[in-house]
Amino acid sequence: MPLTRDPRLYQIACLAGLLAYGVTALGFEVGPAQILMTLGTALLAQAACGFASGATRFDPRSALISGLSLCLLLRTDSLPLVALAAFVAVASKFVLRVRGKHVFNPTNFGLVAMILVSDRVWASAGQWGTGGFFAFLMACLGGLVAHRAWRSDVAWAFLASHVSFLLGRTAYLGDPLEIPLHSLQSGALLLFTFFMISDPRTTPDARPARVAFGVLVAAGAYYVQFRLFRTNGMLWSLFCLSPLVPLLDRLLPGDRYHWPASVAGATSGGTVDATLVADPGRLAAPGAVR
Amino acid sequence: MQRSWPILAGSLLLALCAEPALAFCGFYVAKADTKLFNRASQVAIVRDGDRTVMTMSNDFQGDPTEFAMVIPVPTVVKREQIAVSEKALLDHLDAYSSPRLVEYHDPDPCQREVYEGLRALGYLRAPASPKMRDERQKSLGVTIEARYTVGEYDILILSATQSGGLETWLRENGYRIPRGASEVLGSYIRQQMRFFVARVNLKEQARLGFTYLRPLQVAYESPRFMLPIRLGTVNADGPQELFVFTLTRQGRVESTNYRTVRLPSDVDVPTYVKHEFGPFYKAMFAEQVRREDMSVVFTEYAWDMAWCDPCAADPLSAGELRRLGVWWVEGDTTAGANVFLTRLHVRYDGDHFPQDLVFQQTGDRQNFQGRYVMHHPWTGEAACSEGDAYRRAVSARMEREAQNLAHLTGWSLEKVRRRAGLAPPPHAQQVTPAQRSWWDRLWDW
Repeated sequence: MPLTRDPRLYQIACLAGLLAYGVTALGFEVGPAQILMTLGTALLAQAACGFASGATRFDPRSALISGLSLCLLLRTDSLPLVALAAFVAVASKFVLRVRGKHVFNPTNFGLVAMILVSDRVWASAGQWGTGGFFAFLMACLGGLVAHRAWRSDVAWAFLASHVSFLLGRTAYLGDPLEIPLHSLQSGALLLFTFFMISDPRTTPDARPARVAFGVLVAAGAYYVQFRLFRTNGMLWSLFCLSPLVPLLDRLLPGDRYHWPASVAGATSGGTVDATLVADPGRLAAPGAVR
Repeated sequence: MQRSWPILAGSLLLALCAEPALAFCGFYVAKADTKLFNRASQVAIVRDGDRTVMTMSNDFQGDPTEFAMVIPVPTVVKREQIAVSEKALLDHLDAYSSPRLVEYHDPDPCQREVYEGLRALGYLRAPASPKMRDERQKSLGVTIEARYTVGEYDILILSATQSGGLETWLRENGYRIPRGASEVLGSYIRQQMRFFVARVNLKEQARLGFTYLRPLQVAYESPRFMLPIRLGTVNADGPQELFVFTLTRQGRVESTNYRTVRLPSDVDVPTYVKHEFGPFYKAMFAEQVRREDMSVVFTEYAWDMAWCDPCAADPLSAGELRRLGVWWVEGDTTAGANVFLTRLHVRYDGDHFPQDLVFQQTGDRQNFQGRYVMHHPWTGEAACSEGDAYRRAVSARMEREAQNLAHLTGWSLEKVRRRAGLAPPPHAQQVTPAQRSWWDRLWDW
């Protein structure tokens, strides 16, 4: 299988590009030390947890994605907390599992868990501004096109619901369209939509369940932002609703997703046999992972 | 009497502190406070958990009968939750957090240790009857939730069911409502916000003897950490200036729906800036706003209030902090009180800031200040061999300072060079044929 068919490589390139753009053009307060600490810890945690769970090969791709996402999202002035976040994110994949599938998106879990336990960690939703929005959008959409919609239904369901809720609120309040448009031109929204909620390893297995999950997360995010008036609505919503995924998988069974050329233990703690998928858009054969 | 609303007008007062004060990193020589800006509002927000104390002031200088202020607030506020504060408190907060200019004097370069030390540090660079009024307001869907006189202000807390009714009510009660306000009022009504309406009670003002308008203070509890700015942008005549001082326990405050950017700081500038620090700060701010397409919130200061370095003004006392609403400060000392000040500066208009400002408190306790540095060259005799090296280094440094200033403010580099007393740049100077590169001679034919 050609290496480029793995959507994770595109994701890694895209996230690294966004990080470089954020640090140089937008002044993200992420120093080289934080970046190295995050990536280093994520890779170490991947190797250690993989080894502990009997993996035969070290695959850095998923850990790199989690690490890069944490660099983009997590803000703190404490390096030990950075390391802890990266460790918690990667370790969650190996520990918090139901029927061989991890429950939380690692970045989402690492970030929210750290915000919960420490008041020195935060996420800066406004850090992207609206300047490079369209370039950002193109990069995200490019990823979808390049990889023929690997489970992008959940992203579209979330985005469509999110836009509908915002437009509905705008219509109800009688606000001008500039307000929802300003909210939608957010790098944080795109990052969440195309890199977090669409993580094919943690979304429900069946398409109807994925669509329902996307809508639910959008509703939860709206509730957090406009009813509870708290920040980071999307992150909290995904965190709180992720435990529903095993339930949705039981109610609406579907085919489990595997990264192309997935190797035992590389991303799933060693409980899965090697499963080759010819096309990332296609699903692995049923039963291959059970 | 028609009251203009919301009114933000003022005069420009340039107050530069010329008295140098000694501080660890350089001599503090000048600050640039908010009085430099026209149409400026100042808001101090004390926030911890959901508890909020907001102190609001603007530079209204006109006839007090013309003054009126309408502010959407998230909850109904009782009489005990409103107070009139002192302008001096906000002035002190402003002075303490202003961008500041510091100066250093180069020592004698012939004192080798000092010279080496500097090099190591990188320095070589209409009334109606009450009953009729009640019926009228009921028919308009406007409810006066409360009516208080606090200090020199008459305050109404209004709730409304329809924006048209509220707009009509405000007009009938003498408020000059700009066209287009109805939509914005409607949005706030549907968000179940109340309206805090304040105007000056002339009798009380005369009795109290104040000739200026004191800031109003409101304390409330709400999860909403925001500042409504949309009403002020309706039909506003150009951009407005807003300074937000937040006092929090945990750390720096930033906007969640706009980018928050630090003002350029720790930049070496030519020494002539000392005499025009006010215009420098204004030009620099205007240039930064232009570069960011007027769509960001600037952080000008973020500091633990127990200290400062260099101090543009003394830190606020425990009593002053309490009067601003910092309820968690007890006793006479601010040491260990955990009060973190963030000073945000926004230039906004409706096109670039369509939404109200929403904030969050972060865990960031890194200190930041808008600080600009002047280095006075050594003017004594320096006949030693190090003297030549020093003079070359100073020339290079002065050129860099001029470039910094031109870059920060958008001023013409040539003009800055002239003002700084610099010779034209080296490439414009006469060079000997031997110094010319081969490509300089390439097209000499």
